[in-house]
Amino acid sequence: MRFFEVKNLVKYFGGLAAVNDVSFEVKEGEIFGLIGPNGSGKTTIFNLISNFHSPTSGSVLFKGRDITGLKTHRICKARIARTFQVVKPLGRMTVLDNVVAAAFSRAKTKHEARDLAMETLEFCGLAHRKDMLAKSLPIGERKRLEITRAMATLPELLLLDETAAGLNPSELVEAIDLIRKIREKGVTIIIVEHIMKVIMTISDRIHAINFGRTIAEGTPGEVANHPAVIEAYLGEAYARG
Amino acid sequence: MKRFAPFLLLVILILFPLLVRDDYHQHLMILVLMWVVIGAGWNVIAGYTGQVSFGDAAFFGTGAYTAGLFATKLSISPWWAMAAGGVAAMAVAFPFGWICFRLRGAYFALATLALNEVMRHIATIWEDLTGGMVGILIIQTFVSKVPYYYIALALAVAAVIGVQAVMGSKWGYYFVSIREDQDAAESLGIDTHLYKMISLNIAAFLTGMAGSLYMNYMGFIDPEVVFSLHDISIMAILVGIVGGVGTVYGPVVGAFIMVAVHEFFRTGFFGFFKGLAALTGSQAITTLAKYVMQAHVLGFGILVVVVILVLPNGIVGDWKKITGWLPLGGGRRSAA
Repeated sequence: MRFFEVKNLVKYFGGLAAVNDVSFEVKEGEIFGLIGPNGSGKTTIFNLISNFHSPTSGSVLFKGRDITGLKTHRICKARIARTFQVVKPLGRMTVLDNVVAAAFSRAKTKHEARDLAMETLEFCGLAHRKDMLAKSLPIGERKRLEITRAMATLPELLLLDETAAGLNPSELVEAIDLIRKIREKGVTIIIVEHIMKVIMTISDRIHAINFGRTIAEGTPGEVANHPAVIEAYLGEAYARG
Repeated sequence: MKRFAPFLLLVILILFPLLVRDDYHQHLMILVLMWVVIGAGWNVIAGYTGQVSFGDAAFFGTGAYTAGLFATKLSISPWWAMAAGGVAAMAVAFPFGWICFRLRGAYFALATLALNEVMRHIATIWEDLTGGMVGILIIQTFVSKVPYYYIALALAVAAVIGVQAVMGSKWGYYFVSIREDQDAAESLGIDTHLYKMISLNIAAFLTGMAGSLYMNYMGFIDPEVVFSLHDISIMAILVGIVGGVGTVYGPVVGAFIMVAVHEFFRTGFFGFFKGLAALTGSQAITTLAKYVMQAHVLGFGILVVVVILVLPNGIVGDWKKITGWLPLGGGRRSAA
């Protein structure tokens, strides 16, 4: 049984094909990178997986089950969590309450939810901020809160949407460490990222898309040297040379 | 001090009808307590869940008419309708929420406004059932206001404690999450549609109960009174905003202030203008008094503008700001 699979995913916005026949497979326990220039459809793929948009055609399979068209909150219950590129902190709640709200999707009692939330905050290194309002966190920690909240739903598959964008170099190192730590916990990760340093160092395999279509897939080394990828990022002249 | 304030307030409220025996002030207090219940309901859906309702009168009127119809059509004591009125209001809220929670933000608010008007028109046009514009008249159970006072007090206390209990639970976390960011809430496994429905139905139940209480107490209703946009729906919003949106005791404080402000205008600044007119015999002041007494809605508007500008989180939400203005060090200075 395949762990996670996206088959022939298509999404049209009006006449524009934002995602056009994309298929890929993710193995359990790996970090799977999704790259592509701006507007190539990476975030749309995440939105299709978590059903913020429903796909025009194609299917999403998770552990042998077809989860296409399942409501967003049910996809979370099925143990696929996501973060948002534009962070969405629950601003006027404390950091702890943000995570408790997420933990309630697994915990039965308030006590359990608090315990799970505290544990997750410790794991993600945000425990010292627990009593702060989420809206007063700096951007680096807001990104971390996104991950913490997603982790509190105890996912098996985590979709990270540009969690490293806007971080300073030391925060970047911390973010990479955290992503590795999450993988060591047994969580499979699909990561969308623009910062090549991040995606090339942590991904096991990378899937590159442009204009909503697959252009390459393979190990970071293979993808980085693939002519279609170089063309997409740097233009045709570089690809030939 | 802060911990004991609610208990102190409760003791004062329990003793109130024994200390203040005139009907007029007891009447005002019954209205205050009724508005605490409505405000608590509005606070759940709008304050905590962030789905602003401009249509509380739809639930209030449904509760009131349920009580009225129990008495006139079924010959059952309208007191039974206290719970039934709440359930009837939920029966209105359920299909409405099911359809209209697809809308977000201002669009949902507009839908609640429409619900208000639809219910008012139904009550006006369906004369066979509701008596239309003539309204419904029932015989009140008690002559004294004291029994009504204690029933209203029990309802208000239950509403405040009930809302506090709900907000401390999983539901409470979910409601606030939905208010802060619906997409984020959905991605965290929260069935936002379901929990908005639960929140709306809690609000409808409380508001419907308050409506039944109103029918039992006043003995007379018509569509223009109980389905009134400005006297019920807008008033509910004002109670919520002035007291403090998304705070437990906000509706309590808001209800006191709004009923007082309403009365202040209705009586022409507590009879000030009437007295002035009688004293001077001036026709102009008599006319002015009449307009002032009708201008309570304008007064509400000005009050809301001032509150939002000065205390955006309401009196309870911005309590620290208010205490900061008070010269608390004054006592020590005068001693020296």
